[in-house]
Amino acid sequence: MGSESLQEAFVEFDGVQKSYDGETLVVKDLNLSIARGEFITMLGPSGSGKTTCLMMLAGFETATNGEIRLAGRPINNIPPHKRGIGMVFQNYALFPHMTVGENLSFPLEVRGMGREEREEKVNRALDMVQMRDFVNRRPAQLSGGQQQRIALARALVFEPDLVLMDEPLGALDKQLREHMQFEIKHLHERLGITVVYVTHDQAEALTMSDRVAVFNDGVIQQLASPQDLYERPENSFVAQFIGENNKLEGEVVDFEDDAVIVRLADGALTRANPVKCGKAGSRTLISIRPERVRLDGPENPNTTTAQVLELIYLGDHVRCRLNVHGNDEFIVKVPNSAGHRHLAVGETAKVSWAPQDARALDPL
Amino acid sequence: MSTQTPADPHVAVVATAGGVEDGPLVMADGTSLKQALRKSQSRARRRAFLLVLPLLAFVVLTFIVPIGQLLKRSVYSPNFHENMPALVAWFDASPPGTVPDESAYAALVADLRLLKKTKKAGLVGTRVNYELPGSRSLFTKGARKAEKLEPPYREALLKLDPRWGDPALWQVMRSAASPYTMNFYLAAVDLKRDSDGSIVRVEENRRVYLMLFGRTLALSLLITFLALVLAYPIAHLLATLPLRKSNLLMILVLLPFWTSLLVRTTSWMVLLQSQGVINDALVALGIIGDDGRIQMMYNKIGTVIAMTHILLPFMVLPLYSVMRTINPSYVRAARNLGATSWTAFRRIYFPQTVPGIGAGALLVFILAVGYYITPALVGGSDGTLISNLIAFHIQKSLNWSLAAALAALLLAGILVLYWLYDRLVGIDNLKLG
Repeated sequence: MGSESLQEAFVEFDGVQKSYDGETLVVKDLNLSIARGEFITMLGPSGSGKTTCLMMLAGFETATNGEIRLAGRPINNIPPHKRGIGMVFQNYALFPHMTVGENLSFPLEVRGMGREEREEKVNRALDMVQMRDFVNRRPAQLSGGQQQRIALARALVFEPDLVLMDEPLGALDKQLREHMQFEIKHLHERLGITVVYVTHDQAEALTMSDRVAVFNDGVIQQLASPQDLYERPENSFVAQFIGENNKLEGEVVDFEDDAVIVRLADGALTRANPVKCGKAGSRTLISIRPERVRLDGPENPNTTTAQVLELIYLGDHVRCRLNVHGNDEFIVKVPNSAGHRHLAVGETAKVSWAPQDARALDPL
Repeated sequence: MSTQTPADPHVAVVATAGGVEDGPLVMADGTSLKQALRKSQSRARRRAFLLVLPLLAFVVLTFIVPIGQLLKRSVYSPNFHENMPALVAWFDASPPGTVPDESAYAALVADLRLLKKTKKAGLVGTRVNYELPGSRSLFTKGARKAEKLEPPYREALLKLDPRWGDPALWQVMRSAASPYTMNFYLAAVDLKRDSDGSIVRVEENRRVYLMLFGRTLALSLLITFLALVLAYPIAHLLATLPLRKSNLLMILVLLPFWTSLLVRTTSWMVLLQSQGVINDALVALGIIGDDGRIQMMYNKIGTVIAMTHILLPFMVLPLYSVMRTINPSYVRAARNLGATSWTAFRRIYFPQTVPGIGAGALLVFILAVGYYITPALVGGSDGTLISNLIAFHIQKSLNWSLAAALAALLLAGILVLYWLYDRLVGIDNLKLG
């Protein structure tokens, strides 16, 4: 996070807490600075508090404690219609009794803009999403992807500096979703707006964002760039939640150089990268990405034998489920490239991984 | 591979369809596609029809036939025609405006003698009495004395009762001689036929139906409006509260349905009467004096209050069912786009509830127009509606034809309003649940 958060923050959550029932906190002590022009994604399972944060920013929920600032100004007591924040809703929320043009013109009308100026801005916004020809259609006459574009255009038509998106692509099929991800990303780059994006789809978060805030249990687990998030997860939740992950449970035995020696469940010792494990004697969870495991690689301290349990052919690669150190959910991806050895179910193979790719994290 | 063999039936269809451009599609066995489709669906359609047959028969027998009968009564009144053959024959033979001569009086006496025999004098008298009040006794007395009358019959009858020479009576008898008549419809809109057959308004002190139609319409509109104003916030609350609380509230809304209509109406009487709960409370609080008790019953106020309360659920339910489907994100989106809460309501929320308003208003209005018990109990003379008069003619005066004419006019009025509604709002927009 470092340098970006040190810049003048555009959106700032300062010790924000939220409770609906007065008994449990949905958002626990949220501190988050978003720079102007940044694309930040709040990622997390449902019920993790990410949508609540977005709703507090939009003004539909009030923070129970703490302060939210927009361009340095506290906005806790500003009603939603005076915040000037654009928003794309999960179900698009296009007004069903208005045409596309009327939908787009609505935010300009309530701002008291003249007819000609309105028309010009509506047309410009529609051009932006290539939907000019649909100005007289009703939302119900549009496909999901078209409705999505109109919702996007409506959130941008009054030229807000900040746009919130609440799982905007959740209802689209995979192909369209990927296409829209690029379109949103390009719009963001072209217009220089700040985007706060909420999703539970990690692939979406990784492809679009400058930074991703991983939410769980009302707390940001890690705030980092997509690459850092995948390569260097700081705790077991993030490692589990982002991408595929092999876990080996064990107990910290000793530290040697910059590695930690862990005794696994089956008694074997292995070397790992101490990221977030306790002192000797504490429990830890080692996380290894499937693509970092090698079959028949050069010998190293972590080389071990594994029994092949299952093979799933996926075209470009074969997913192998192995039994490694007593964990029979251990996945290895074998590329389907020329000259690569093919495994057979039941055989025993040698697997290895580098100690720095095995991250010793907190036990779940 | 199998698609290459001509034996495959799918290929045959595709080939034929492709070969005959724009021609009707033909199945493999030569029948047209439409025929084949109809044949394949006819069995399912027959079964569906058999399933609804009992209900259809029930509706036809218990609803459509009786209503048709009643409507027929409004124009068909055969009592005079069937029981006065000689006089009917004389009316047929002589053009309208003919002064009744001796032959007419002879026919009348012959028919009166017949009435004595068939004991139908009361029926015929009643029929004439509808249009010329007080003439029923004329016929019963005439039939009783007819045997003793000697020619010349004109003098004899006039001696019995001078009213037999009244041209108005002869005009009524002439119109009653035909079994089909529009006179009941005329009566239902405060018109009548003059002695020379022209249509005139009835005397001022007897004009009652038009005023009652007008009052029924005005009160029904007022009740519909009040119900809408009261129901809108309740329905909104029901639609937005969490399920557990809204269920409890819904029970309270539906509670009146579990109580007898009579009980609900009489409890309003307890509340509203001049020695009732509300007046007592106002007097006790010193807001009004003991001699200044407000008259809230046996007038329009009572009818409006009680009927609004009774019909309220019919407004709440359609509104609720529409509001529940309105996603709260619409209003949120409007607020986010810069609308104040009032603008968001006016421009976004309200237009989406119009189908519910239409359904509720139509339902309440139609129920109110035909309402009977409540105005009968709390309405007094000032708050009665047209349905009370229809009931009066069916139960008391036994003038079923007039009652049928009034009911038919009411039905026609509602159909006109329904048509208007369809033109203005569109029946497709109606959402009852």
